[in-house]
Amino acid sequence: MKYAVSFLLGLTVGGILFVAGLLYNPFIADRGLSPLSVSNAEVITLRFANVPAESIAYTNDGESLHDPYPEKILQLWEPPIRSTTAMATVMRDARNRVAGIGVKFASDSESTRLLTGRAIVDSVWYIYLPKHGSLFIEQTENYFPFVREVAFPAWRSSANSWRGSWLGDLTAGPGALGTAAVTGGSGRVKGLRMEGIESISVRAFSADTGLVSSEGRILVELPETLDGIED
Amino acid sequence: MHVPDLAGELIRGETVLLKTFFLGIVLGLAAAAGALYAIPAVDQVREASIVKVAPNGGNSETFHINIPIDRIMLGDAGQAGVVPPGLKWPADEVLADVRAELFKIRNARDAVVGVAVRTAATSQESNVIDWVLHLPARGSLFANMDVAPLQGGFRIGEIASGSREFRALSGFMTERWISNDSSEEGAPAGRIELSATYVGQLDSLATAETVE
Repeated sequence: MKYAVSFLLGLTVGGILFVAGLLYNPFIADRGLSPLSVSNAEVITLRFANVPAESIAYTNDGESLHDPYPEKILQLWEPPIRSTTAMATVMRDARNRVAGIGVKFASDSESTRLLTGRAIVDSVWYIYLPKHGSLFIEQTENYFPFVREVAFPAWRSSANSWRGSWLGDLTAGPGALGTAAVTGGSGRVKGLRMEGIESISVRAFSADTGLVSSEGRILVELPETLDGIED
Repeated sequence: MHVPDLAGELIRGETVLLKTFFLGIVLGLAAAAGALYAIPAVDQVREASIVKVAPNGGNSETFHINIPIDRIMLGDAGQAGVVPPGLKWPADEVLADVRAELFKIRNARDAVVGVAVRTAATSQESNVIDWVLHLPARGSLFANMDVAPLQGGFRIGEIASGSREFRALSGFMTERWISNDSSEEGAPAGRIELSATYVGQLDSLATAETVE
């Protein structure tokens, strides 16, 4: 009997050690500086409220961490869209003026491999900027650094919350340098193929209710042939 | 008289116990790694695609949206008929001529397969009607519609971009409003029909010659 108990105890400790090793694995490193941060090209900078209750509308399956907003919005409960979220939000420029509207669809990705530190979400943005035109952004996002550095510490804390300052790039592809593929659909950016990157800054997170204070940012690198666009 | 070596037996027993514990740890690590490798963390539910071969080449697929039951959000500056109730559309004048709608989209079998956004905007430079269709298990489509409707109430537009399954495809998409004449109680007011025709992206002649 005591051997069985010892074995089960060992199994449990092994499992815990594995999870700890996964979360604190030094070989799963953040990518660091965004490639667009060191680009000489002109960029469009867009900021948006990343907390669902601060957006125009946000919905999911109704059973996830974040509550749908407004309260009476239709929920995505049907099986093919159950792991999808939809958010509409105001996009602001670098000077914090309203620049347009953005809609983001994000779905859990089957390419997720937690063993290699990839918690992948396939997402697309549709952004309409009345002064510039419309943009379609296709990206894969990796939330593993966020889970490791914000969500897990919040879950572990006795208050079930995390406060601090975390800034990270979410975009991990499909571009070779970990950038998103951006297509101009109308207006001055019509027909242009560009690269972009989405990052978030988080100041407060609750393991019970999700993001409490957070802002998102999208950088889109413009081709050199396009002049005259200001942030 | 034989005196049992109780101390020795105890030590041997503890050693075996310790070995069992360490074996448990190793197997626990292996089991956790194996489970994480073998069991998919995400398994998207797929509805079988209903794709037809188009008469002039390529493939076509039809989606529809039952109005109003599939409308997730309707926002415009008028604020009169916003969906859902309580939605606060930004009052900024930049968005005065922008109207955005979010929908659930259904396939030909009337099963929900994705979500979509339709944006209509009027501006001094150009008017815009854009669609983005997001099918979680497959990818997304981005289409720009010609604002002027064609005869029969159609609008047609070019598929400007796509992701994953649709990345390598181009083609066009049509939208059409079909009102429901049924007098059944609870029947939708009508539906928006979207028909996408996909063709592979054409390589330019110059590229093909270079390859040869």
